[in-house]
Amino acid sequence: MPHTLIELERQAQETYGGDAKPRMGFFTDTSVCIGCKACEVACKEWNHVPEEIEGWSGHSYDHSLDLGANRWRHVAFIEQEKPLGADAAAESLVEAAERANAVDGWGLDTYQDGEGVRWLMSSDVCKHCTSAACLDVCPTGALFRTEFGTVVVQADVCNGCGYCVPACPFGVIDKREPDGRVWKCTLCYDRLKDDLEPACAKACPTDSIQFGELDDLRMRAETRLAKLQDAGAGAARLYGADPDDGVGGFGAFFLLLDEPEVYGLPPDPVVTTRHVGQVWAAAAAAAVALGAGIAAAVFGGSRT
Amino acid sequence: MSGERKMVERAEPRSYYGQPVIKEPVWTPGIPFYFFTGGVAGASAVLALAAEARGNEELARRAWLNAFAGIAVSPPLLIADLGRPERFLNMLRMFKITSPMSVGSWVLAASGASTTLAALNAQTGLFPRAGRGAKIAAGVLGMPLSTYTAALLSNTSVPAWHEARWTLPFTFGASAAASAGAAAAVTTRPKAAAPARRLAVGGAVAEAIAAELMKQRLGEQGEPYAKGRAAAFRRVGAAALASGAAVLSGPGSRSRAAAAVGGSLVMVGAVCARWSVFRAGFQSAADPKYTVGPQRARIEDGLARGAARATPQEANLGDGSAFSSAEPQRRGDVDRGQPGASRGEGRAGAR
Repeated sequence: MPHTLIELERQAQETYGGDAKPRMGFFTDTSVCIGCKACEVACKEWNHVPEEIEGWSGHSYDHSLDLGANRWRHVAFIEQEKPLGADAAAESLVEAAERANAVDGWGLDTYQDGEGVRWLMSSDVCKHCTSAACLDVCPTGALFRTEFGTVVVQADVCNGCGYCVPACPFGVIDKREPDGRVWKCTLCYDRLKDDLEPACAKACPTDSIQFGELDDLRMRAETRLAKLQDAGAGAARLYGADPDDGVGGFGAFFLLLDEPEVYGLPPDPVVTTRHVGQVWAAAAAAAVALGAGIAAAVFGGSRT
Repeated sequence: MSGERKMVERAEPRSYYGQPVIKEPVWTPGIPFYFFTGGVAGASAVLALAAEARGNEELARRAWLNAFAGIAVSPPLLIADLGRPERFLNMLRMFKITSPMSVGSWVLAASGASTTLAALNAQTGLFPRAGRGAKIAAGVLGMPLSTYTAALLSNTSVPAWHEARWTLPFTFGASAAASAGAAAAVTTRPKAAAPARRLAVGGAVAEAIAAELMKQRLGEQGEPYAKGRAAAFRRVGAAALASGAAVLSGPGSRSRAAAAVGGSLVMVGAVCARWSVFRAGFQSAADPKYTVGPQRARIEDGLARGAARATPQEANLGDGSAFSSAEPQRRGDVDRGQPGASRGEGRAGAR
């Protein structure tokens, strides 16, 4: 149950020794996502993920809706009304000027903004948490931490108990029917072993999905964030890049342009096992109370 | 209460087309029934051990049988719920304190073996020495067996369960006490079953109090318990518990038939109580407002920083992570570009 990066690294050394690799991950920069869904398709093809037809959702261009056993990358589409030009000036002249600068300087006003509508697109994926609830609660050891610091299910061990499903604070992992086992993103463990980048990152045409060593990705993300904010995208933020959050930082983190919940992501995810001490303390206290109650019922009155 | 006042002013949490943030559990109805049977088994073993110590042999023998019945039907219920039932033994591949299901599997296995031997000894007198040890083991293990299932539920991301982690084990423990007492009251002659009736009635009262306390403490997070099927099960269960307890403490002390009716009602009530908790978890997971609302509130109240950082400076620089080696020049630019506060996480969140 590593709660910090340092603990995670120590654990990796203990487990893998010389075979331990730098922690690998994704930086998903949603500011350049064009919603092409190549990642969803590439992931399905490479990992032989079964189809799952949801039908027409009525939610913009999103007809796959969420991550699950049969969807390890999922592209979200958010349409937001956004005042532009004269409208923006009516709200704030500073905002209007900043936007004009942004368009000149960085070309921000391309596919994402236009005609009073803003498109937010984001490719979601398993976060490969530093402190991973799915892994902590798995009773069989089917979920494990790889030498790359990622979290992977061993399909030949999982017995389909389903405990990881409601344990995940992001709703990533799910049971596949009629297979009976749980499935999720492996960060293409097989490809990593052969020094290949994961299929989704390989297929992404805009480099919205960047793969690499987590340390490098964080630096890259910080630079990108600064660039966007310079250009006036004040709402840009990194999500999951800080090792000090409720899950000890994500192995796959994001650059978002609005609050996380707008993308269907929890704003303050906390690994459930952070409170496992309280959980056990309460269960133990209740067990003792039960014993005391039964003793009282048996000894506190007539014998028969 | 000040927290409650604040919640009223808060806007409805934002979401992605109302989609859930977390997944609903995939457990089947066998699971809440196991919560019941496991509770019957655990609390019956404790009751049997205590009755034996008090010298009520008749009650002890019946309670050991009840414990055996409860423990015998539990594994099939659990194994049937697995996606790969043939791999049920994988539950004992390791022991993991962070997983109440792992700990519970070991408790159930040990409890099953010791309760079986204890019941066999109680009925036949075979294996006197081993039987003595088995009874003590089964009685001791019966206590965690009755409450760990609450730990299993609260050790998830489901808000209605996780936020109830301090109270849920007490409702489960009380429910187990009520159902073990009721089961013994049904199977034992009324003349010898007074302790069982006291346990059933006391457990029913404790269950009602614990469940109400849990709802109170949960505040808005307790809403799922008062909605839909969770509320229906709660109402039916409360009625069954109350009427069953009334029958047991009245005519149940004289008439065997009345004891059977009263005990059965209490057990139905206990089953419904577990079902109510089970369904409330599903309802809590299905609505993103229960997941997002409290998290956003934590951030707005300054109790947590959340996982989003709008400025590099907000990042934790303490552990030598990548942030400390980022381009200083660029960070300086940001500072000049937009004076700090406008990008504060709290503000970004409050908009």
